[in-house]
Amino acid sequence: MNRLSWFNTVSLTLGFAFLYIPMIILIIFSFNESKLVTVWAGFSTKWYGELINNEAFLNAAWVTLKVAVFSSTIATVLGTMAAYVLVRGGRFLGRTLFSGMIYAPLVMPEVITGLSLLLLFIGIGLDRGVLTIVLAHTTFSMCYVSVVVSSRLVTFDRSLEEAALDLGCSPAQAFRLVTLPIIAPAVISGWLLAFTLSLDDLVIASFTSGPSATTLPIKIFSAVRLGVSPEINALSTIMIAIVTIGVITASLVTKQSRVRAQRDEQAAARAQ
Amino acid sequence: MNATVFAPWVDPDEKPLIRFQNVTKRFGDFTAIDDLSLDIFEKEFFALLGPSGCGKTTMMRMLAGFESPSAGRIELAGQNIAPVPPNKRAVNMMFQSYALFPHLSVWDNIAFGLRRDNLPKHDIQDRVEEMLKLTRLEKFARRKPHQISGGQRQRVALARSLAKAPKLLLLDEPLGALDKKLRQDTQFELMDIQETTGTTFVIVTHDQEEAMTVASRIAVMDEGKLMQVATPDEIYEAPATVYIADFIGDVNIIEGRARATGENQYQIDWAEGQQPLIASSTRSFSNDQTCHLAIRPEKVAISSERPENAANVLQGTVHDIAYLGNLSTYHVKLPNGHMIKAQTANTRRIARRSFTWEDTVWLSWTATAGVLLES
Repeated sequence: MNRLSWFNTVSLTLGFAFLYIPMIILIIFSFNESKLVTVWAGFSTKWYGELINNEAFLNAAWVTLKVAVFSSTIATVLGTMAAYVLVRGGRFLGRTLFSGMIYAPLVMPEVITGLSLLLLFIGIGLDRGVLTIVLAHTTFSMCYVSVVVSSRLVTFDRSLEEAALDLGCSPAQAFRLVTLPIIAPAVISGWLLAFTLSLDDLVIASFTSGPSATTLPIKIFSAVRLGVSPEINALSTIMIAIVTIGVITASLVTKQSRVRAQRDEQAAARAQ
Repeated sequence: MNATVFAPWVDPDEKPLIRFQNVTKRFGDFTAIDDLSLDIFEKEFFALLGPSGCGKTTMMRMLAGFESPSAGRIELAGQNIAPVPPNKRAVNMMFQSYALFPHLSVWDNIAFGLRRDNLPKHDIQDRVEEMLKLTRLEKFARRKPHQISGGQRQRVALARSLAKAPKLLLLDEPLGALDKKLRQDTQFELMDIQETTGTTFVIVTHDQEEAMTVASRIAVMDEGKLMQVATPDEIYEAPATVYIADFIGDVNIIEGRARATGENQYQIDWAEGQQPLIASSTRSFSNDQTCHLAIRPEKVAISSERPENAANVLQGTVHDIAYLGNLSTYHVKLPNGHMIKAQTANTRRIARRSFTWEDTVWLSWTATAGVLLES
């Protein structure tokens, strides 16, 4: 192991401190005995206990989860379809326009997306609730999915699909039996991306949610405006834990499969 | 001639398996295939040979159904195949990249096509086992494509494309990714498998040795046109044009003017102060017509003494020797600067060679050794 020079050590420490000190403080104060957020009065897990009995927060968490699962699933289907057509459709009229337009929502200010969706829902007389949030989240996250999937499809060997057709597959079967299993990692990471985006969206959700359905970020935001409570710290700590576990699991899984593939290839090379 | 020689193309009553009729294929302004007609017969091992970009791969993709002709008609067993999509054709293809499905095992790759036909399970099992045996892959059935070597992958691709017992198997540069030794072994394996299964093979290649080795007939293509369609020996011994003579194997081309001296006999005036060359030709030339004498290096004899009774004799000095172990090719410079290649088998040890660099030697060949070609 190389030892880091003092300069590198300092920059590393500063960088990570900048990123993580706010979160660490939040986590520490979630175990605070006192009701006052900024005054330490001893260790306690009582705010976690209170959280379990807080119906409003639990409801919001449930709504958020539902919205995230539904919207990311619909966005994955639509985004994959769009990516497939744009990469594989060959040259058709307006292809450049379409591929430009599918990426535009990535850079569109969220406030504008939210506002235009709100106007649309009012215009067609759709009551705001879980459905409208799902639709709104699908709208903005499908372009992320399509970016991820199309970058995989560009490097996909087309002759694999031709081989499937040649062996008797209909085009739909070729997609289901050959293309989809091979691009599955990209589709899954697209889904995960859409899921996370939906989970932490505040702006668009606040435009499209109604009194009947509130997501967790909205709930936290409005609760904080009345004053930060240790309960919210506890809730945030739980969310940080979930995200951390998720990220670590995902990277472990991909690393493991990469290591296995590498080992297999080396074994094959030795066998020759 | 032996009556059992396989040559359906000379029999006018024989029905071709594949018939290209005035097929043209254009990609935008580029004409890949230009008004091409060709018959391929059942059980043939047919090679499409040409430099890259000559249209040979386009021909194959049209047979597989991935491209459709811009004009003309392609028939398979008498049926126009234009309206038939690739998955409904009794044609299978072995891809240049092998296109093995990376997420499936060797076994499942081979069974892939059979499963699409909804065959009973034990039929699929039997057929896959048969294919594994044919290609000697039994040991690797459970492996994934990335767990086997290049040569094994090539055999999986072959087994997969043969599993459905197609009427026609297309092979797109099947041996391009293998090293030379393995390629030569595999060529003979391919020929054995073609004979065992009785399938019609169409192979696309840019390697003329490969085409000569495996094929019953070769079509030499250039710029979307057929230059010559013939058996390997005809292509080698009687090339139709200077281009083909030059493309297949090594050749000396001597340009000159023809003068008839008898029936099918010509004298060629080819250089100032040199004796005219004598050649026989079934192709007729008018007097003073420009012609090219194409003569293979191995048909040119080299000796240190002037040979007697040879139809054509030239004197020169040895300029270069390419020693290949079994053969040596001598580059002999004539007094007028012209270079002629002569090839001999090294039947004696190299120390016993009777001439070396800068030696004066005599080159000779018979009147029938070369081919007289129009320009």
